[in-house]
Amino acid sequence: MNGHAAKVNSDMLAIENLIKRFDQPGGGELTVLDVPQFHIAEGEQVALIGQSGGGKTTLLHLIAGMLTATSGSIRINNLELTRLSEQGRDRFRAGTIGYVFQTFNLLPAFSALENVKLGMSFGSGSVDAARASDLLDRVGLSDRAHYRPNQLSVGQQQRVAIARALAGRPKLLLADEPTANVDPASADTVLNLIIDSCRDENISLLMVTHSMDVAQRFQRCDKLEDINRAFSPLGAGS
Amino acid sequence: MSLLFIAWRNFRYRALSSFLTTLSLTLGVGLVVLVMSVYGIISEAFVRNASVGYNLVVGPKGSTLQLTLNAVYYLSQPIENLPYTEYMEFYPKEKRAEMVRTFGGDPALGERDGVYAGFMTDGYAIPLALGDYFGEFRVVGTTPDFFELLKHGPDADQPFTFEEGRNFEFNNEENSYFECVLGSRVAAQMGMRVGDVMNPTHGDPEGKGHGQGFQIVGVLDPTGTPNDRAAFVNLEGFYLLEGHAKPIPDDAVIVLPESAETAGPDEPLLLTIPEREVTSILVRNGNLMMAPLLQNRIKESVRAEAATPIGEINKLMTMIVGPLMQALLAITLITCVVAAVGVLVAIYNSMNDRKRDIAVMRALGARRGSVTWIILFESLIIALVGGIAGWVLAHLGILAASPLIEARTGVQVGFFSMSTYELYLLPLVIGLSLLAGIVPAASAYRTDVGTNLSA
Repeated sequence: MNGHAAKVNSDMLAIENLIKRFDQPGGGELTVLDVPQFHIAEGEQVALIGQSGGGKTTLLHLIAGMLTATSGSIRINNLELTRLSEQGRDRFRAGTIGYVFQTFNLLPAFSALENVKLGMSFGSGSVDAARASDLLDRVGLSDRAHYRPNQLSVGQQQRVAIARALAGRPKLLLADEPTANVDPASADTVLNLIIDSCRDENISLLMVTHSMDVAQRFQRCDKLEDINRAFSPLGAGS
Repeated sequence: MSLLFIAWRNFRYRALSSFLTTLSLTLGVGLVVLVMSVYGIISEAFVRNASVGYNLVVGPKGSTLQLTLNAVYYLSQPIENLPYTEYMEFYPKEKRAEMVRTFGGDPALGERDGVYAGFMTDGYAIPLALGDYFGEFRVVGTTPDFFELLKHGPDADQPFTFEEGRNFEFNNEENSYFECVLGSRVAAQMGMRVGDVMNPTHGDPEGKGHGQGFQIVGVLDPTGTPNDRAAFVNLEGFYLLEGHAKPIPDDAVIVLPESAETAGPDEPLLLTIPEREVTSILVRNGNLMMAPLLQNRIKESVRAEAATPIGEINKLMTMIVGPLMQALLAITLITCVVAAVGVLVAIYNSMNDRKRDIAVMRALGARRGSVTWIILFESLIIALVGGIAGWVLAHLGILAASPLIEARTGVQVGFFSMSTYELYLLPLVIGLSLLAGIVPAASAYRTDVGTNLSA
């Protein structure tokens, strides 16, 4: 584990002087993120550790283009995200980003297989049913393809969510505390699946976690307090 | 995975809510279709039966609508009767003289052409005498011409055919003047067939019997017209029934026919012309262009009135039935609007539960437009399923009621009997539902990804 954020020539993600402020209910603004620099190389796997409420999820939402930065630059795969329109960010997200949520967020109306297919439904390519089946097989759930999320255990649900995140062949996978809501045995499986899959498909990985055990599995681990100048130990920054 | 498929999955996932919302739309559409069908059936019943080859009905002075209802549909009570001489006015003097010789009457009648004879080249006039019943069905006294000259069907080009037997004759060797033909419904309902005897009652269904029966010699094939619900008897036999002869005026000049002198003691004597009356006359003039002229000439007469059945029925539909049905249609359309509001409420209420799903789809790359269309597609699915189910339900109802409808109106309807207005209904329902879907779709459009994913 180390705290370096050295710039690499083949950056998949390059953040420069990123600031995110939110309006406060009583007036005024609150700075949640102030990140001078943060880089992830192509194929690199990074854990970002920090306390709850430290702005980790906000950072992921900014990188995914689901939130817009107040100022600064976010370049992903040599594309300046902050200059894209909302539609452009949607299109970019569908083609470039994979997202694994802490609470899985599988859509209850769809089967496991259909949830995986959803991961490739909004991009420019067509739905590759064979890849969806392969991914389910890879996460060990080919026999649960037609189960609804409520018919799966939480560990199984997170595995489906991982398959869904990988379905669109993303270049950068964002994982938001993916093991926080699963039991320890399943957590290990989930973690291995994410790390191994990203390595196999040369996908850059940024996983935020508050667990040191999880962070230790990564070749590189950054602390949020080291990269975010707006970080407050009491979590007031988020 | 298409947006439509995603919408379909959402529709199925919220099964109860979707079912109830769709059911309300189904019932609304079903009601509208039923009202349209009832209107169509009523229009069809009146209009197609008003077109059976003749273009005028002639009766005593009075309401032309009542005359039409009475002469064409065998509904309502006859206004009055016309003297037989009014019927004779449609014939040239040779034919009139022959009538005088056959029935007996004033020879002067045969010395001039009938007033309307000039209009009748290649045309015909068929007398009707009403007033008796067979069970609940009207007995119609007429001539064999009724089945030989009149046609039926949507284009008035189908001749009357017999399921069993034949047309009655003017004077049959075996049955004399007492032969009759039954409409298909009469035969079926009264359980009668060729060879049986039909005994009419006087004045109303529970009236007194005449004591004289008519030999049934034919049963008509179903025609889908009021003629299915009538019993047709030979006019000569009808006249000979007790109480059907008009008292002879004191000043009447009657020369009896030769047959009266040679007839045997048991042979019935035909009524003389002064004793005869007709309830109405079905007229087709030779040159249809002259029909309005003929109608005017008849209207100018002291005793007779002439009506065009199609015109009377159109008037009835336009002035009474049409507005009533339009009011009913408006009410049922409001039901559809209410159902569409139900679609709005159902989808809108579900939006709170679905904001997270929408945010997840946005996180997977769905654009605002995509999630908006998913909601609109859900409305579309509800409209399509509800609209089609409503149409099918209504038409199943019509199919189930078709025997009753045919029995009551003579109109034959099937599952696919539909009015052209129904073609506009599904687009209308789809439009309404899409309109109802706009509010929840806008809510989906505005759904904030970050907030709802963090929730």
